[in-house]
Amino acid sequence: MTLTAPVTPRELQDGPPPVRRPARPLRILLYAFLSLVALGWVLPLALAVYASLRPYEETSRLGYFSLPEHLTLDYYGEAWSQAELPRYFLNTLIVVIPGVLITLFMASFTAFAIARLRIPGRKALLITFTAGNLLPPQVLITPLYTLYTLVPLPSWLSDSQSLYDSYLGLILVHVGFQFGFCVFVMSNFMRTIPEEITEAALVDGAGVWRRYWQLTLPLCRPVLAALATLEFTFMYNDFLWALVLMSSGDKLPVTSALNNLRGQFFTDYNLLAAGSMLVALPTLIVFQMLHKQFVAGLTLGATKG
Amino acid sequence: MAAKTRRYSARDVTILVIGLGVAIIVNVGLIWGPTLASIGLSGTSWNGIGPMEWVGGRNYVDLVNDYPPFWSAIRNNVLWLGFLGLVATPFGLFCAVLLDRRLKLSRVYQSVLYTPVVLSLAVVGFIAQLVYSSDYGVLNAVTGLKVDWLGDRSINIWVVMVAAAWRHVGYVMIIYLAGLKAVDPALKEAAAIDGANEAQAFFRVVFPTLRPVNVIVLVITVIEALRAFDIVYAINKGRNGLELLSVLVTENIVGEASRIGFGSAIAVILLVITLGFIVVYLSQLFKEDR
Repeated sequence: MTLTAPVTPRELQDGPPPVRRPARPLRILLYAFLSLVALGWVLPLALAVYASLRPYEETSRLGYFSLPEHLTLDYYGEAWSQAELPRYFLNTLIVVIPGVLITLFMASFTAFAIARLRIPGRKALLITFTAGNLLPPQVLITPLYTLYTLVPLPSWLSDSQSLYDSYLGLILVHVGFQFGFCVFVMSNFMRTIPEEITEAALVDGAGVWRRYWQLTLPLCRPVLAALATLEFTFMYNDFLWALVLMSSGDKLPVTSALNNLRGQFFTDYNLLAAGSMLVALPTLIVFQMLHKQFVAGLTLGATKG
Repeated sequence: MAAKTRRYSARDVTILVIGLGVAIIVNVGLIWGPTLASIGLSGTSWNGIGPMEWVGGRNYVDLVNDYPPFWSAIRNNVLWLGFLGLVATPFGLFCAVLLDRRLKLSRVYQSVLYTPVVLSLAVVGFIAQLVYSSDYGVLNAVTGLKVDWLGDRSINIWVVMVAAAWRHVGYVMIIYLAGLKAVDPALKEAAAIDGANEAQAFFRVVFPTLRPVNVIVLVITVIEALRAFDIVYAINKGRNGLELLSVLVTENIVGEASRIGFGSAIAVILLVITLGFIVVYLSQLFKEDR
């Protein structure tokens, strides 16, 4: 699988256009079109940032599409302190960090067993896991909700004394739902590792665990990084599970808590915009920093073999 | 690949049984078990507390005959699928093809197009309100119209789909871009030498080799269309013209009227539609393995 086409840097600089390239005017049209599209894509975000910097009184008088009279960061402060966003960020981390780690751990072992060991029924397992990941959550949410209310938990683990309205419940559902995708991607990846690498260890009589933990997993670092980035975003952005499986407002993850910024009768959209930007910031930062891993995670599942 | 018959030690077997056992229990307990339970519950009139009463197919009959939101939800889900599939996905492919050339700013364009994908759909929903708000939204301000984009039930689904497509295009674009990078450049050169123009080279040579990617994108599109939920829920809880199957299921359990049997019947319909696509997809995927 060759993913990188040979790039000749010379071509990127100014110079005589190589043969069989679109003529200059076409080139300009291409840039113009792409710039226009890019502009259209940035505009809504830019607008949200702009709205969040202006007082409500001003935008309600002039509309969002108007020149600013005052620019202020007050709404960010308000969203941060009044809406107690730090607490909700903490809730998100309580759910997302164990969620990602457990998912990757379980999925990597399962993928290892499916891809590297000739266990019976491995194909059926892989199909079941992959299909499970593709179901819309609503297909199973009703019984899951009921199940969660029925499973008791000791009070040190959950103050609601049931799986419902507990962090553990939310972690579990994320693990269950994301597991299939990770198994699918990782088993595809592991299949591309040459068998010879573990062959020697096999001859030495290394057990299953050693072959998984010490020999296979280190080779999977790129795919683990890619999936970790992706799964962080997926779980962070979740809105539905927390909505249905949590009832205490103070335990909500930050994405769902955003709704709290809406008043009962009146919504200050500028405050909401500031809150939205704060909530979007972590994923935007992760994306900008780990752009490569992020894209790799999505495309590893897509371009196999 | 000769199958190796290798004996596992007792310790190996224990590790495997525990490792796979936990995986299977989690998967069955949280995903497939509840899915099957949905089918069972859809035949009852359970409200979550009282005794369960078997009513057979009555929920389905009621759904079809006496529950108007169901038909608007079906219509909206179909529209959603059509819009993503016929507008957003081809546009994503088009952008990918354009960006596949060695452009100076290719990376910048990619990043920009891709940014909405990392946003939560709930956040996209909030941003949509800033754009579409009837009183001081940007769209009305720029166009000088006085349209209630989100409140008018004959048009709100369309503008919300545009917001959803905003996110979908980047997703599709990135996947196609990876697929296009993997296409052997010699193929395109050969086509060019044979005198094919760009469009011919793409449709006759490149596009057919993208078939596995096309399948993935198709499934992503279908699944996204059936899963659509957060964005309409963030806007108006999926009411007044923005009904979707996923919203109706959720409404029937988190709402005050906890009609679990009835909600499950909607879930089962969603399940049947989804499973159709999942089966097609997986049989395609695993056929190529051989």
